[in-house]
Amino acid sequence: MLAWTIYLSFIGAIAVSIMPAKSAAAARITALLTTLLGLGIAVVAVAQQPSGQLLTIARKPWIPTLGIEYHLAADGISLVMVLLTGIAAVAGVLFSWNIDRRVKDFFALYLILIGAVYGVFLSFDLFDLFVFYEIAIIPKYFLIAIWGSTRREYAAMKLVLYSFAGSALVLAGLIAAYVVSGGRTLSLDALAHFPFPAHFQMWAFPLVFVGFAVLAGMWPFHTWAPTGHAAAPTAASMLLAGVVMKLGAYGCLRVAMMLFPHGLDSWGFHVLGFGSWQQVFAVLAVIGIVYGASIALVQKDLKFVVGYSSVSHMGFVLLGLMTLNQIGMSGGVYQMFSHGIIAGLLFAVVGRMVYERTHTRDLPELSRIPLARLIPFAAVTFVLAFMASIGLPGFTGFIAELEVLIGSWRAFPWMSWIAGLGILIGIAFSWRALQATFFGEAETVSEPLPAITLPERLGACLLLASTIALGLYPRLLMGLILPALNGPLFEQLRRSGWR
Amino acid sequence: MSGYVDLLRLTAPEIVVTLAGLLLLILDLSLLRRASLAARFRSAVLIGCAGCIVAVLWLERMAAQGALPAGMLVVNSLTQLLQLALLALAIMVLLLALSARFTTHAGEYCSLILFATVAMMLLVSTQNLLVIFITIEFLSLSLYVLTAFDKESSQSAEAGLKYFLYGGMSAGILLFGMSLLYGISGSLALEPIAAAVSSLPSDPLLTLGIVMVMTGFGFKIAAAPFHMWAPEVYQGAPTSSASLVASSSKVASFFALFVVFSIGLAGAAGSAELGNHSAGWTGLMAVVAAASMLWGNLAAIAQTSVRRLLAFSAVGHAGYMLIALVAHSRQSLIALVYYVVTYALATAGAFAVLGALEDEKIDSIVDFKGLAKRAPDLSFCLLIFLLSLAGIPPLSGFFGKFYVFTAALNQGSHLGLLWLVLLALATSMVSFYYYLKVLKQAYVAEPTAGATAIHAPASKRAICWIVAALVVLLGCLPDLLLNKIAAAVPNAFR
Repeated sequence: MLAWTIYLSFIGAIAVSIMPAKSAAAARITALLTTLLGLGIAVVAVAQQPSGQLLTIARKPWIPTLGIEYHLAADGISLVMVLLTGIAAVAGVLFSWNIDRRVKDFFALYLILIGAVYGVFLSFDLFDLFVFYEIAIIPKYFLIAIWGSTRREYAAMKLVLYSFAGSALVLAGLIAAYVVSGGRTLSLDALAHFPFPAHFQMWAFPLVFVGFAVLAGMWPFHTWAPTGHAAAPTAASMLLAGVVMKLGAYGCLRVAMMLFPHGLDSWGFHVLGFGSWQQVFAVLAVIGIVYGASIALVQKDLKFVVGYSSVSHMGFVLLGLMTLNQIGMSGGVYQMFSHGIIAGLLFAVVGRMVYERTHTRDLPELSRIPLARLIPFAAVTFVLAFMASIGLPGFTGFIAELEVLIGSWRAFPWMSWIAGLGILIGIAFSWRALQATFFGEAETVSEPLPAITLPERLGACLLLASTIALGLYPRLLMGLILPALNGPLFEQLRRSGWR
Repeated sequence: MSGYVDLLRLTAPEIVVTLAGLLLLILDLSLLRRASLAARFRSAVLIGCAGCIVAVLWLERMAAQGALPAGMLVVNSLTQLLQLALLALAIMVLLLALSARFTTHAGEYCSLILFATVAMMLLVSTQNLLVIFITIEFLSLSLYVLTAFDKESSQSAEAGLKYFLYGGMSAGILLFGMSLLYGISGSLALEPIAAAVSSLPSDPLLTLGIVMVMTGFGFKIAAAPFHMWAPEVYQGAPTSSASLVASSSKVASFFALFVVFSIGLAGAAGSAELGNHSAGWTGLMAVVAAASMLWGNLAAIAQTSVRRLLAFSAVGHAGYMLIALVAHSRQSLIALVYYVVTYALATAGAFAVLGALEDEKIDSIVDFKGLAKRAPDLSFCLLIFLLSLAGIPPLSGFFGKFYVFTAALNQGSHLGLLWLVLLALATSMVSFYYYLKVLKQAYVAEPTAGATAIHAPASKRAICWIVAALVVLLGCLPDLLLNKIAAAVPNAFR
């Protein structure tokens, strides 16, 4: 059943691309129906599988000569990510309802991207995972380069080259793992129990972790993210920040940490005060949190503010993963979900509601337009989104960041102080952006802007409802994440470094 | 007497193709003198394709296997598989020539394509230095003429001359190297050479011989630093000739290179593994591979002509394939054959697209502006071919790379060739940049004002679609080809 999220998206993409040239409305509706069906399947799967046990969906030999299988499965973490993808996909279609140039191409590429993202989250064979991971890269390029804004071709090329650099590292580690384990299988559950030699894990872990973390926006490999997000069309930035960055974080957890847990062990010596890869990556994550927030504080372009805030929030995901304790890691996974929804919302307001009406993202210029009076719906959405983003109680961001902070307090106390500082800066830049955009001292009486359309209202409500509902009732997702982290797949990780 | 019967039995497919070539030449020079050029090309291509198809059927149905004395001819299921691939590529190249109008010598052109194919079919099925040299020369002479065939174009003449001069020089070096190997071992067959080589692994004459043979082959496969001819030939030669040079001649040369080094010179292989290095030809090969990957992929970035870009990317791909030679195991032979066949398909496909656009005078990258609007189907095929060359899953180019790298890491006990694989991955990331530059023009840029839709001949569009379908199919289901190769590769290879 869950596998149909992938197939439906690809079928939808083919259907959209073979439509007659003039059928823009049909392409939109097909895309909406396809993503709605995907979301429906994801919701049903979550409802049916509240315990988060590993569920095998499909398992067939694919390339028997090499022992490669077509193996789809889902544990609680995959389900959470699939649910996020479903929500973000529907919202993305709603917020790109107004695309009027090459509509068919847009939705075809969009659906290929969605299908590939579902594929990554559901793959339990490393080969499949990598194949879907790479398929996701190509549509990103064209979505940004064709429909983007500010320096779109530069940003698109930068994004895909970073992605490919990351995936080259991943592929190297993956082939090495395949060869070292005897060259018989690439199945995740078999490799998760294979005792890789410790010295091999010591270099394979950082290779694969960094490879995936490039896409997760880890400092100092984050620079593709703000430029890419700023250049992309609204739906593409929503997906980029919402789910594509999660692909990277998911890969870090699912592949690097699950297969090579001993890579996190102490080196036995110290370089510049670092004693293990765990400390190195935790420090990089904390730098990302503070750095992203500080840069967001001084940006003049509204989309860059949100872009750098993504870097900051993804820092929490990586910090959570690096705590290596249950509360921190589950917080990290929860933050993946939370940030996916909130970043989608922020980009929707900034890109679709504000920029496409005012044609400027410059904060001083925006402050001269009385946006709160002209488009009050956007103002309310933006306020709520930033409240969620800075982690006020009642939203998903609160649970996630709180858990990460508690986890990191146990693992490395002094780092939680710095991460907490990052949250404070986050409040500052949110306040500044909010004030300049919607509540600036408007002097001029400007012409009315086009009203907020129905698809926009629906999309915003969907995202807001998700973040509030799951913020008030976090047990729904935690009930999926915790059993998965305590499941047999993470046994090696628990045994080696769990504190 | 039975020797001749054996010879005829084993070379029946080659004989069929040769006869077809002669027949179409005679017909063209006699009966069809007064026919129109289009009719002459049509009949020549028809006869040529028919000959190839008969040879394919022969190979499928009643193929004989066996060997002649001194390794003059070694026919087994693996060589037959490669011959099938060569024949399929020949049919494609012939169809590409169907609407050619650059020459009035239809018969000569098509028969040369067939003769080149015969040379390659013989090249893959021999283990004798002399026959290898003769078939390489036969192949090269056909290709020189095919390259320079467009008498109206000075570029074609320049390409042909450059190809000939470099080729003649490298043939001399190759022959010198082979004569040294003969002098050391007293034999021309590869197996006795192997025995002699393993008894004296560190003879300076042997080293010299190996370097010279490598140089000669390096020219054929366009590995850096012996690739100087490639950009001119790819750019100047008529499209169908360039397609032959870029695809099937690579298949045949790489296989012959593998056979010579892994059978004949196995005793002097040494090791290129990091931390376990020992002198031998694998080290040399690893250096050539690294140079090809680096130089080919970096120089391709600077190109403005798509054909030259393909030429430099071919240099890069030669580097990836040489990794399989460095590993020289049974698995790496399977990987190499898969890689080179799928690579040939993708390159031939890219040239088919260029051929279909020939009338538009499209050469530089900026001429591809808005191609997706002007010729949606052709630009979609181009997308498939270039992404396959870049190694994007699920296209066949990705699986080829994956398997070659796996085979390389499997060599030795402790991932000693990881350095080469990491370099290959880094350079393939570079390659993505320049392939994307072409696709960007086709898909992102708007067509220049006044540019109209392109109506390419149906035959060429059909070729593009068929090859694109094959590239996708072999990428999604690599076992279709992999099983055949694995069954055909003898277990004799380690």
